[in-house]
Amino acid sequence: MEGELPAAPRGSSGPPAGDAGGDSPCALLPAEALALDGDEDDLEVFSKDASLMDMNSLSPTMPTSPLSMINQVKFEDEPDLKDLFITVDDPESHVTTIETFITYRVATQTSRGEFDSSEFEVRRRYQDFLWLKGKLEEAHPTLIIPPLPEKFVVKGMVERFNDDFIETRRRALNKFLNRIADHPTLTFSEDFKVFLTAQAGELSSHKKQGPGLLSKVGQTVRAVALSMRGVRSRPEEFTEMNDFIETFSQKINLIDKISQRIYKEEREYFDEMKEYGPIHALWSESEEDLADMLGGVASCLDRCCQATERRLCGLSEALLPVVHEYVLYSEMLMGVMRRRDHIQAELESKAEALTYKKADTDLLTEEIGKLEDKVECANTALRADWERWKQNMRNDIKSAFADTAERNIHYYEQCLATWESFLTAQSDLYAKEPPEDKP
Amino acid sequence: MEQAAPALERLLQPAPLEPLGHPDAGLEAAVGEEAEGAQDEEGPGDRTMTENNFWLKKIEISVSEAEKRTGRNAMNMQETYTAYLVETRSVEHNDGPSVLTDSLWRRYSEFELLRNYLLVYYPHIVVPPLPEKRAEFIWHKLSADNMDPDFVERRRIGLENFLLRVASHPILCRDRIFYLFLTQEGNWKEIVNETGFQLKADSRLKALNATFRVKNPDKRFTELKHYSDELQSVISHLLRVRARVADRLYGVYKVHGNYGRVFSEWSAIEKEMGDGLQSAGHHMDVYASSIDDILEDEEHYADQLKEYLFYAEALRAVCRKHELMQYDLEMAAQDLASKKQQCEELSTGTVRTFSLKGMTTKLFGQETPEQREARIKVLEEQISEGEQQLKSKNLEGREFVKNAWADIERFKEQKNRDLKEALISYAVMQISMCKKGIQVWTNAKECFSKM
Repeated sequence: MEGELPAAPRGSSGPPAGDAGGDSPCALLPAEALALDGDEDDLEVFSKDASLMDMNSLSPTMPTSPLSMINQVKFEDEPDLKDLFITVDDPESHVTTIETFITYRVATQTSRGEFDSSEFEVRRRYQDFLWLKGKLEEAHPTLIIPPLPEKFVVKGMVERFNDDFIETRRRALNKFLNRIADHPTLTFSEDFKVFLTAQAGELSSHKKQGPGLLSKVGQTVRAVALSMRGVRSRPEEFTEMNDFIETFSQKINLIDKISQRIYKEEREYFDEMKEYGPIHALWSESEEDLADMLGGVASCLDRCCQATERRLCGLSEALLPVVHEYVLYSEMLMGVMRRRDHIQAELESKAEALTYKKADTDLLTEEIGKLEDKVECANTALRADWERWKQNMRNDIKSAFADTAERNIHYYEQCLATWESFLTAQSDLYAKEPPEDKP
Repeated sequence: MEQAAPALERLLQPAPLEPLGHPDAGLEAAVGEEAEGAQDEEGPGDRTMTENNFWLKKIEISVSEAEKRTGRNAMNMQETYTAYLVETRSVEHNDGPSVLTDSLWRRYSEFELLRNYLLVYYPHIVVPPLPEKRAEFIWHKLSADNMDPDFVERRRIGLENFLLRVASHPILCRDRIFYLFLTQEGNWKEIVNETGFQLKADSRLKALNATFRVKNPDKRFTELKHYSDELQSVISHLLRVRARVADRLYGVYKVHGNYGRVFSEWSAIEKEMGDGLQSAGHHMDVYASSIDDILEDEEHYADQLKEYLFYAEALRAVCRKHELMQYDLEMAAQDLASKKQQCEELSTGTVRTFSLKGMTTKLFGQETPEQREARIKVLEEQISEGEQQLKSKNLEGREFVKNAWADIERFKEQKNRDLKEALISYAVMQISMCKKGIQVWTNAKECFSKM
């Protein structure tokens, strides 16, 4: 079974001449909902100030197509050795007196020995995913944990639970779990296994284990203190890494904004084009001699309009989600860098304490030894994961853009064919031969 | 031109006040001939005329330049306007060199004056329209400012097109005022005004009245009016949507240009991906800038449609004139009928119709037989006059319908030809745009794949 079960397709049997939202093969998000800095005059120059960029979470979605499945299920490491398949689908709304929330079905198929069975099906809500992420971060502070979709949309969405939002989130959650499954270390996390297999009651009791509230508070206080202190001698390689991440984060955010804007403009172009063909058809009704030609133009425009719709879908399924995931990744990475620094800062502060002989030196020396190991582990883990992450990033970005380029080529080819056959038909008419291919 | 001059003068009669005043068989025949004789050559810049037109040699007309000027207007206030250089060239032989024969400056208001004059003196002709006075159906990037160089340039082309259309019209090209427009810069306005054409123009109110009250207009004109309304409505709608589509398309293309800059900055921190990103970015820039030419071409297409949008109004003008003449005729017939009836009543002594005279007679006593005789005589004279008038109005009306319809047929042919050409050129533009798109994205895809 592949990584993702196709969700119930919404009218996906070929491109209809459909309108908004529900009718089209891909749930095209209405342009307003994208909530961009509508700076209409500033088409050519985007603000260089990264802080102005919205985290537009909504990448409009669509049900699966083979191409999208390839993008979703891009398993970088060992495609042949995959033994864990996960899908997230079937969102369901639950209403209680306190709140309303959505649960998703998480279906797992595996051949791994450590799992009690080969198939599992559980229902999880967003909070549960958050919990899992937290646990993974705790256990592996310097590993690059896959990002989760945002908790809330910043602005623009009227209702938290509209279909497009849920679908986007579902896909992102699916991606999240599959990325974990592919990660050489994270895939064996016990919390991950529990997440995938435990029924509702079991999960909540599992969640209650682990460090209590007080110790968590203590950790936080220490963390704040240490971060105030900062790290003294960060190894060069991590400074470089940090610089890269900063620049990358800036650029990927810009690219996210640009891509969302392109989607918006194309969406509005599509909306206008929908009217364009019919006007020509209307005109042809009041003409005699020109009627055929006008009708021909009308149908060309309609076809181009349909091709535009397909192009839009392509953008929303192949490019936007990928770029947005890397926006979230870049935030994640900054967190990873901070945690690494934090670990090193811990070591440094203990080492400092030793030099001032503040406390029991034997105890301190032992602690320092442990911390040195900890730092070493953290750095090694990060180093390896960093290389892995960069490799994946390159592949993902490359194929997302190459795919987009391919779709654009396809779009123009379709339009070209339409207009060329129209012209051929016209010249056939002039040559007084029966036109072979009426557009 | 010396040899041609006397011949020209003979050909160029001053524009007849009512070109259809007399049943002129010769005029009809000439109309038929001219319609065949004056075929346009391809290409708006080179429209030449054949010998049937008023110059024995072929001529070329162009509006070649536009210049900003300041001057004083009628109220002695400073104003800025644009003047256009109208050049006329005559060509000896088919491919021979063209010689500049006339060159003068005209402003838009003078073109308007010329056209208004033609409208009055040739009511049966579908008079070519002028380019728009103010920019309409504009999209985001274009300016609505009349002084904007792009607008001025498009207007220059539109004015040239107007002159060429007039010059290639079998009847309009013979007009003396038109000839003077091309050849005599100073004093031309005075000459036009001296014709007194403004006075001869039908009042708007009169025309409106006729439109509502006419009982029996020629059905073809009613249909034509309906058609011209539809044409105007559909073309306006089309132009509005086109402008919006252009706006959006511009946005799509231009936003891609931002990729170029960002990819370039990003490539600085990448080792393997760097080159691919950089060159892909370049292609995004190419893509973004390609839209400018594409939309400029499309603007010309829009102008072609606009011309026919304005032609719809010219069609309606001809219909209105017909309605006016028909109404006039109906009123004259009605008047005649009532006079005849009055006369009959007076002679036979029976009063069937109400008349003031009848009432006063009843009230104040009968009139004398002599008085009655006198009145009958007057009426009989009036009736006789009226019958003459009715006959000539009838004839006028029929002439008008025949000649107008001939021009309308000519116009229809022209319209179908022109619009077909325009639509085909639109298809060609789309094809070119698609090909460019394919090329750019193919290049970009290659760069991405190499990343």
